[in-house]
Amino acid sequence: MNASPQAKLVARLDAMNEFDRAPVSPDRLRGPGGFIGLYAGEHVAGTEFVIGPLFVAHGVATGDLLWGLLAGNLLAVLSWAFLCAPIAVRTRLNLYWHLRKITGPNLLFVYNIVNALMFCFLAGAMISVAATAVGIPFDMPMPGLDDLYPTSVAWALTALAVGGVVTALAVLGFDRIAWFSKIASPWLLLVFLASGLAVLPQLGVESFADLRTVANEKIWTGVPAEGRVRFTFWHVTFFAWFANMAMHIGMADLTILRYARKWQYGFASAFGMYLGHYLAWVASGALVALAIQQGGEVAPGPIAWLGSGAAGLIAVVVAGWTTANPTIYRAGLAMQTITPNWKRWKVTLAVGAATTVAALFPALMMRLLDFVALYGLILMPMGAAIFADFWIFPKIGLRSGYAEWKQIAFDWPAALAWIGTLAACRLMHVMWGWDIFFLGLPGWFVATGLFTGLSFLRKRLTREARTAAS
Amino acid sequence: MRYFLKILSFGGLALTVAPAALVFAGALSWRMHAALMLAGAALWFATAPFWMRRAADAA
Repeated sequence: MNASPQAKLVARLDAMNEFDRAPVSPDRLRGPGGFIGLYAGEHVAGTEFVIGPLFVAHGVATGDLLWGLLAGNLLAVLSWAFLCAPIAVRTRLNLYWHLRKITGPNLLFVYNIVNALMFCFLAGAMISVAATAVGIPFDMPMPGLDDLYPTSVAWALTALAVGGVVTALAVLGFDRIAWFSKIASPWLLLVFLASGLAVLPQLGVESFADLRTVANEKIWTGVPAEGRVRFTFWHVTFFAWFANMAMHIGMADLTILRYARKWQYGFASAFGMYLGHYLAWVASGALVALAIQQGGEVAPGPIAWLGSGAAGLIAVVVAGWTTANPTIYRAGLAMQTITPNWKRWKVTLAVGAATTVAALFPALMMRLLDFVALYGLILMPMGAAIFADFWIFPKIGLRSGYAEWKQIAFDWPAALAWIGTLAACRLMHVMWGWDIFFLGLPGWFVATGLFTGLSFLRKRLTREARTAAS
Repeated sequence: MRYFLKILSFGGLALTVAPAALVFAGALSWRMHAALMLAGAALWFATAPFWMRRAADAA
């Protein structure tokens, strides 16, 4: 009997074995090149066209920006290399199946919903960014900095179309995503570099000697826009460090780095940090300064146009794809543990649809700094639990993977550590006025301490109960 | 063939960044820079996929 074309397609998609539920086998491990391409592609992204301008809006001074990005990105690279990668190459499991051993399936269910939602919102922001470029040839009215809801029918249709294409690419799997990122990343980086360089004469730079003066007086002036908090060196450092907190300290990149032959491949993240989160943020700051000087729109598409015309628009779209794709992939993995009977491509399709709906709301893009900090903070405590379970527990006589060993469905120390950490962070914010960007560091120590302490308490209570019973 | 494609690809990257340097130096108009960048993009994406290996192949 001949299968229908649809059945053949389903069978082919089902055959894609992505090692979602088992450790990656040795024949699927990859060399450093793939990780350099993946990190460079993922972090030289469309959202850099938003973050650079937001630093300008927050009135950061030139020195604070350059030194803050240097320090913060270094801390981020070290977090990938020394916290995430060593665990990834030892276990070869993705985040979700690793976490299941610690939290039990029911707590993991809750975590996965939160995680998938966060990733959907993040990928939605990236699709929104791409939509600002796609809409320019059609004279689409751009959302403003304060817009929260869809601003026009044209905006909604554009976001839906871009989301559809990004989802289709994500359904095709990790290999294709990595390949696409690898091809696009060298070109994207040069587009950022070229765009920043090409607008300098219009800002008044006639030679390298003028750079410092123009940077101080026209780009990073140290004066925030009305209603914005002024950013210091510390704001920039902590933002750069924690912009991807969910990925490194939060351990989401176990999913990616489990394919690495060596833990040292965690240092490949430097290509993403110093090209994307340094060079691209600086370049997009120059672009938005010109847009403000000319009284034009400050959305990613229009400022990319100022830098390099049509190639800039293509870059915004491509950059949105290369970042949104791995994010949808991660969200798909998160949801798959909730629906284990669904194949990955079906889950990814559902996640892509949710992401596309999120992309309709420009609020995600225009409040990106706050959202990025918040999503990292919310997911971080589970990364701290993985760290404690893997490194600390064996040294102090606690059992790693306790929930799996005892067949526990809901691990209460992990749940209380998660909720307790977020409550503690909220308290630090309310009582001492600490900005959200600064809460991740004390929060990590709170999460690690709480999870370890509560696991100890459980061990003691279990022993006492056993003694009383005997 | 592969060698020839690589030359074309790197030519595309050169067309992406070199015109901006010339704009900065005052030797090229912004309009020409934008046109050359577009040509560079077309050249890169038309040739690079044929010689850049898939992630799985590179393993």
